[in-house]
Amino acid sequence: MTIEPAAARDTGYNFAYLNEQTKKMIRRALLKAVAIPGYQVPFASREMPMPYGWGTGGVQVTASVLTPEDVLKVIDQGADDTTNAVSIRKFFKRTAGVATTEATAEASVIQTRHRIPEQKLTSDQILVYQVPIPEPLRFLEPRETETRKMHAFEDYGLMHVKLYEDISQHGHIATTYAYPVKVEGRYVMDPSPTPKFDNPKMDNCAALQLFGAGREKRIYALPPFTSVVSLDFEDHPFEVQAWEHPCELCGARDTYLDEVIVDDEGGRMFVCSDTDYCASRRQAVSEAAE
Amino acid sequence: MTTPLLSVSGLHKSFGRTVACDDISFDLWPGEVLGIVGESGSGKTTLLRSIAGLIEPDAGEISYYSGEGALDVHDMSEPELRRLQRTEWAFVHQHPRDGLRLNVSAGANIGERLMANDWRHYDNIRSEALKWLAAVEIDEARIDDLPRTFSGGMQQRLQIARNLITSPRLVFMDEPTGGLDVSVQARLLDLIRSLVRDLGLSAIVVTHDLAVARLLSTRLMVMKDARVIEQGLTDQVLEDPQAAYSQLLVSSVLQV
Ligand SMILES: Nc1ncnc2c1ncn2[C@@H]1O[C@H](COP(=O)(O)OP(=O)(O)O)[C@@H](O)[C@H]1O
Ligand SMILES: [Mg+2]
Repeated sequence: MTIEPAAARDTGYNFAYLNEQTKKMIRRALLKAVAIPGYQVPFASREMPMPYGWGTGGVQVTASVLTPEDVLKVIDQGADDTTNAVSIRKFFKRTAGVATTEATAEASVIQTRHRIPEQKLTSDQILVYQVPIPEPLRFLEPRETETRKMHAFEDYGLMHVKLYEDISQHGHIATTYAYPVKVEGRYVMDPSPTPKFDNPKMDNCAALQLFGAGREKRIYALPPFTSVVSLDFEDHPFEVQAWEHPCELCGARDTYLDEVIVDDEGGRMFVCSDTDYCASRRQAVSEAAE
Repeated sequence: MTTPLLSVSGLHKSFGRTVACDDISFDLWPGEVLGIVGESGSGKTTLLRSIAGLIEPDAGEISYYSGEGALDVHDMSEPELRRLQRTEWAFVHQHPRDGLRLNVSAGANIGERLMANDWRHYDNIRSEALKWLAAVEIDEARIDDLPRTFSGGMQQRLQIARNLITSPRLVFMDEPTGGLDVSVQARLLDLIRSLVRDLGLSAIVVTHDLAVARLLSTRLMVMKDARVIEQGLTDQVLEDPQAAYSQLLVSSVLQV
């Protein structure tokens, strides 16, 4: 098994760092967010012992849903071993003493900065997103009073103005990250820095999906099995990225690939961004060969 | 008997101790272009913005007769008002920057009202935008350019196209030729006049310029110190002004 078991936590902190009062406040915001899928709920975001941009919103949400029995996975892009992912995982090991893992299937709580794991999530799991900019209308309407009204009145024409502009400039919808979606036929939501490749995974997902924006002090959520539809035009339908080649490590043809530099001569190859998924596919192949 | 398109009664609006509009009542009939004239500070803009639901008057009633019956402009819900503002109504601001989105292309500016009204076919939106660029005499090749690269006159024509694309029934205009050079003004006035005529629009045009009012409006209302002091058919008011102030206004223009 790849689980690093639970261990003693640093008792100088409250469980998962935040005090119980703060966690209660965040849980109330989460409950409201779950009750109104895709709606941005304001919350009193706390200072965390890490800079904004390092996922303070996601960390506060994770801290509020974590229990001592949880198994935590943290990814940045698709990888568990980047600086950001490692430091958040260490933070919760130290302050909550929870077990951690890199295996998607073993995790009960997964915090992510960009990707949704390739492996289908289950109803026993919670996916927590670190969100930098929660407001999908911000690009064209800087006034908060106005964007709130647009959400309240379902006045979403502006979202299509943005997509129109994309097509007129690039010939196609060039937005690849933070691609806007409509939730349960009502609220337009920004999946934040998640690549649009992962938008279809949000739709009708069995896991609970929670979004935390620390600097912007907003929480929103997708309860399990919520309808999530990517916005588009009839004659320019939503499409996910596709790659010409399969993953050069595991041969997968249906995953999100990253281009990585492999040597000093500038050699490159395309490999799965979800490192756990890629490794487990390769392991399955080598086990079958034995 | 036909009903009016718009009926204003007892409208009052103050800003602190400044009375901007005092007990104003009038009807606007379908197909009519009403000019509101008066010197700067007489309350024209406040009146127009109150009628269009952009500011809340202190007292008075504004009824708009839509296809579905009478609507009280300041008693309807905000979503209803917004729907009206993006479908049956249009508002052309004096400064194009107040009526345009400067950070998106001309095509997106013109297409916005269509998208706000649930158009979801890119090519259809684009061909409609091209049609309207041509209608306001802007080179179709400029469709993907940002409005900030346009001259003042072009920006104003773009704002007009952006407003008229959904075939509104009632257009509000506040000094539509305001900040423009005289030669540019003349061309824009011609364009507005032919669009209003061809589309059979009803309009309320606020201007401090009697020449603009004479060219565009069928009926005229003269404002002074927050009150309407004279109203009538444009020709009548200009030929034979009754109020002493109107006489002064008309004679000062005719001297120029
Ligand atoms: N937002 C405001 N706050 C305070 N005073 C205002 C405001 N808008 C207009 N006024 C005052 O109301 C009067 C009428 O202004 P306005 O309607 O702009 O006249 P006009 O358009 O005829 O020049 C003026 O005295 C003006 O200073
Ligand atoms: Mg004015």
